[in-house]
Formats: sequence, structure tokens, C-alpha cells
Amino acid sequence: MATDHGKHGETNINAYGNNYNTMTPGPFAKWMRTCVIFQAIRFIIINIKMIIVVRKSH
Amino acid sequence: MARLVVLGGGVSGHTAATFAAKWLGSAHEVVVVTPNSKWNWIPSNIWVGVGQMSKEDVTFDLAPVYAKAGINYKQAKAVSINPEGSESLEKPFVTIEYTLEGREGESENVEYDYLINATGPKLNFAATPGLGDANGLGEHTVSVCTADHAVHAASELDKCIEKMKAGERQKFLIGTGHGMCTCQGAAFEYIFNIEHEVKKAGVRDMADIKWISNESFLGDFGIGGLHMKSMGFAVSSKIFAESLFTERNVDWMVGAHVSKVEKGSVDYELLDGSTGTESFDFSMLIPPFAGVGLKAFNKAGDDMTSDLFAPNGFLKVDAKYDAGAYENWKASDWPETYQNPTYENIFACGIAFAPPHPISKPMSSPNGTPITPTPPRTGMPSGIIGKVVAHSVCDKILKGSDAPLHKASMAEMGAACVASAGKGIFSGTAAAMTIYPVVPDFDKYPGTGRDTEYTFGEIGLAGHWIKHILHHLFIYKAKLSPGWTLIPE
Ligand SMILES: Cc1cc2nc3c(=O)[nH]c(=O)nc-3n(C[C@H](O)[C@H](O)[C@H](O)COP(=O)(O)OP(=O)(O)OC[C@H]3O[C@@H](n4cnc5c(N)ncnc54)[C@H](O)[C@@H]3O)c2cc1C
Repeated sequence: MATDHGKHGETNINAYGNNYNTMTPGPFAKWMRTCVIFQAIRFIIINIKMIIVVRKSH
Repeated sequence: MARLVVLGGGVSGHTAATFAAKWLGSAHEVVVVTPNSKWNWIPSNIWVGVGQMSKEDVTFDLAPVYAKAGINYKQAKAVSINPEGSESLEKPFVTIEYTLEGREGESENVEYDYLINATGPKLNFAATPGLGDANGLGEHTVSVCTADHAVHAASELDKCIEKMKAGERQKFLIGTGHGMCTCQGAAFEYIFNIEHEVKKAGVRDMADIKWISNESFLGDFGIGGLHMKSMGFAVSSKIFAESLFTERNVDWMVGAHVSKVEKGSVDYELLDGSTGTESFDFSMLIPPFAGVGLKAFNKAGDDMTSDLFAPNGFLKVDAKYDAGAYENWKASDWPETYQNPTYENIFACGIAFAPPHPISKPMSSPNGTPITPTPPRTGMPSGIIGKVVAHSVCDKILKGSDAPLHKASMAEMGAACVASAGKGIFSGTAAAMTIYPVVPDFDKYPGTGRDTEYTFGEIGLAGHWIKHILHHLFIYKAKLSPGWTLIPE
């Protein structure tokens, strides 16, 4: 496996290695993961989704 | 006055006992037998294991909580069950052995009208030579399964970080320590929390991090993987897991049975029958789980453990244990009421009940070594089952012994899981997932076995916030703080 810890996950892909066929996020997708405003919205959405499943399960 | 005895004050038993005490009031008695003086929110042990929380943050004293709830608390471990009583005792009873300071080793027979077994898993480190022995964890690896283990793991991790700062490369090997392990999710959380911490410490370039597990594919998690709705596609957890491992530059090896652990290396056998050795400087390998080894005796005192317990030591309940090969498995194999088929007043909940079979398709190497995850019973199902079983028992006590039983099959129940991938109020991430149902039902949901409307997952800071809030919420609930019954399991 490559040892380059670059910003882009794709630099860690090892041609024909076990991680060759997966998808990797680009810089924008990674930035969104810790973007507070976007994540605050996701927080609400995930909570709603979880509450629905929790209610269905009780 | 009826007496309910609950064995085990963990996630499932604590839920069962506290709800039963509330529903039964002072007219009946609830007894909890559990060996620890403290309750542990086990999911947060991951953060203890990377030095981001202390043992005190994830535990609290049980005695004042049980005193408040009117529960008779016996700090002891159950040793055996006499479901028919004995020649000298008419009523069924449990033999317990105190662990309470000052009374260690003292034995007592506790009679019951109803019994709930919620003793969780025995951490079977002895199953793999070198991983541990009958006394528990060995000297070559660390564990995060208990708060004390996690404190030790954090100090070992610190030493590795210091070595890396001094210019010495370190290899981290995290995963499962046997071909029949469950709880891959905990190892998954730990490996990414380590990756996050070494990055924070500025030594990521000095760390080689590798996953080793008994899953046949990355993202199986012992539940045969799951398909999540994402961008209009139903995407396998394999894709998401491989993506995350690649992005964080974590190598992996799957389909592995760890056959031996030595100082600095493990021997393993793979599903294709090949064998090899992997080195490490730091390793956390989850042990296989078994029942805690309770015995059972009939009235005459003869051993009848195999009647009450499955060979793996878990208590037999209303599951279909003779389903046979994977092709014959049905969602209906999974138990609904968790009542023992022979003794109507005995129930099991959480990890303590014997599942009918795994959830992931069983596999073995050409040498005949089974390498297949056993079924997980995570926090939410364990809590829900504990509450449902308590409800059934309370109805029997309050409404009469023919009151119908409440049901909660894992094949009709969903679960919300949040897997931490690093802690930090603005830098943390976690994979937030819902899955419905936990056990796939391929008749009802052809193809993926699950309802993709209710099965989703995403990774981000929001998931971390939820994980952190849940930490406080569940400890608040377990302490029976005001409004505790409003917080779902
Ligand atoms: C490191 C780690 C991280 C995890 N993270 C998550 C997560 O993020 N989300 C999630 O949903 N699940 C998680 N889990 C799984 C979760 O902890 C379990 O699903 C849950 O604890 C099961 O509840 P239980 O009551 O069956 O067992 P436990 O919580 O283990 O409780 C069993 C209790 O029985 C007691 N006991 C043992 N022997 C005896 C005896 N002989 N007599 C009486 N009492 C006895 C034990 O001391 C314990 O108190 C994690 C597990 C681990 C190990």
C-alpha cells in the first residue's frame, strides 16, 4: 500500500492491490464532512432518520 | 410478593431491572446480581482506549442507583441455576458468589419466581493461544472491552506515540483475535480513533496501520454487510468501508482466523487455507465471546447445563436451533419472546440469549477452520430486548401467569449505530447508520434483505456529535435521572 498520506484518498490507492476498486472522496466531499453549517443540517436529518427507525423498533 | 432475579447489570440487564422495578413498584421484589460495583457505558471505552476519556467518564457506582430504584442489589456473580429447586429448597434458585469487598467468595442461594439471564459475554481470550488465558487478557495485546482494559490500552498507545516522536516506526494491528469473533464494529471504531490520534500527534507518517478480521469482506460487521441508500443507489457497506480504509490509508486483511499470538506477531489462517504471520508493535484484537459458564442442576442435583444452555454457553430461548444450512435460514428462526422453552419463568436478553445461527453466511477454510463472524447483539437491540422481557415478566406477575408475552425479534427490529472514526468537537467524525431490520429478511426484502428506505449511513462531524450526545444521554438514563423513561433504548 502506498505510504503517501496526501489530502486526496486516491493517492493511497495501490494499483491492483486490495483497495484498487473502491471509491475515494475528493477534497470537497472531505471538507463537507467537517463543515459545521452543513453538518448542523445533517445532524437534524440524521436524528430524524434515527428517530423513525427507533420508533419502528419499539 | 413475587421475586424477579436479574443476572447481570449491563446494558440489557440494567434496562430490564430498572423498568421492572418501576412497573412492579414496592409490592414485588427485583433483585440484581452482578459482579461489578460500577456500571460501564461500554461504547465509550473506545475513547478511553485512546486517552480521550477517563474511566470515571464512562462508569458510575451502581449501589446508589439501585437504592433509589428500590432494587435489591447483590454484588456477586451467578454460578448456577436450579430451575426446579433442590431436595432442600422447594422453589427455583440461583447460586451466587459474592464479589463485594469483605464478602468475597461467600455463597448464597437466591430463590426466584422469575429469572432474567442478562450476563452478557465471557471475553474468551483463552480461545486463541497467546491472546490470553482463563484469567483474561494476555500480555502481548491490548483490549478495549472493559474500562480497565481501555485505560491500559491508552497507556500502551501513548508509549507508541512517544516512540514515533523519537523517530521509531510503529505498526498497529487491530481487529479480531479468532475466526469466530463478533463485535467487529468496536475494532473498526478503535482503528480509526487510533489513526485520528496519531495524526493529531503529528506522527501519522510514522505509523503503519492494518486491520485483520474474520469477516469475509470488509464491511460485513457480522450482519452480512448492509446496503445503504446513497445518491440514489443501494450501495454495499463493503464499498463504504473500503473507501474509508483507503482514504485513511489503513491496510486490511479479511477472512482471517488468528491462530496464535506471540510477542510482536500473530499467526493466521485465511479462508483460502493459506497461513501467514503478521508483525505488530501495538495490537488490539477482540476476543471471541461465549456464555459466562453458568451451570444448571435439576432437583436431584444432576447436571442439566446442556438442557438450559447451548454449547456456546448462551441460554436457549424460543429460537429455531435446527434451521440447518444457510440456504434454509429464515427471519422466523430468530427468537421473539426470549423465554426458555422448558422453563416458562426463565428468560434471557442481550448477548446472553443463544442465537439460532450467525447472520453472516458461514464460511470455513479448506482445512475445515470456521472463519465466520458470530452474530452481534449491539446496544439498541440489547436494551429493547431487556425492556420487552421485563414487560412480559411484569405482566405475568401483575396480570396472571397466562398474560401474553411481548415480542421483539431482531428480524423485525431496526438498529441505529454510530461508529466513531475520531473524537473532536470540530475535527471528529463518525459513521451514523440505521439498519432495518437487523437480521435480513430475504423473503420480505428480496435482494438486500433489508428495507433500504430505513437503512442508511453517512460519515461526518454530525455523527460524532450524535455519538457524544448519546454518551451523556445513556449515562443519564442509566442513572435513572429525571425523565429517564422517555429516552429510548
Ligand atoms: C469496545 C466495545 C464497543 C462497543 N460499542 C458499541 C456501540 O458503539 N454501539 C452499540 O450499540 N454497541 C456497542 N457495543 C456492544 C454493546 O456493548 C453490547 O451490545 C452490550 O453491552 C450488550 O449488553 P448485555 O447487557 O448483553 O451485556 P453487557 O453490557 O456486557 O452486560 C453483562 C453484565 O453481566 C455481568 N455478568 C457477567 N457474568 C456474570 C455472572 N456470572 N453473574 C451475574 N452477572 C454477570 C457483567 O459484569 C455485566 O455487567 C460495544 C462493545 C464493545 C466491547
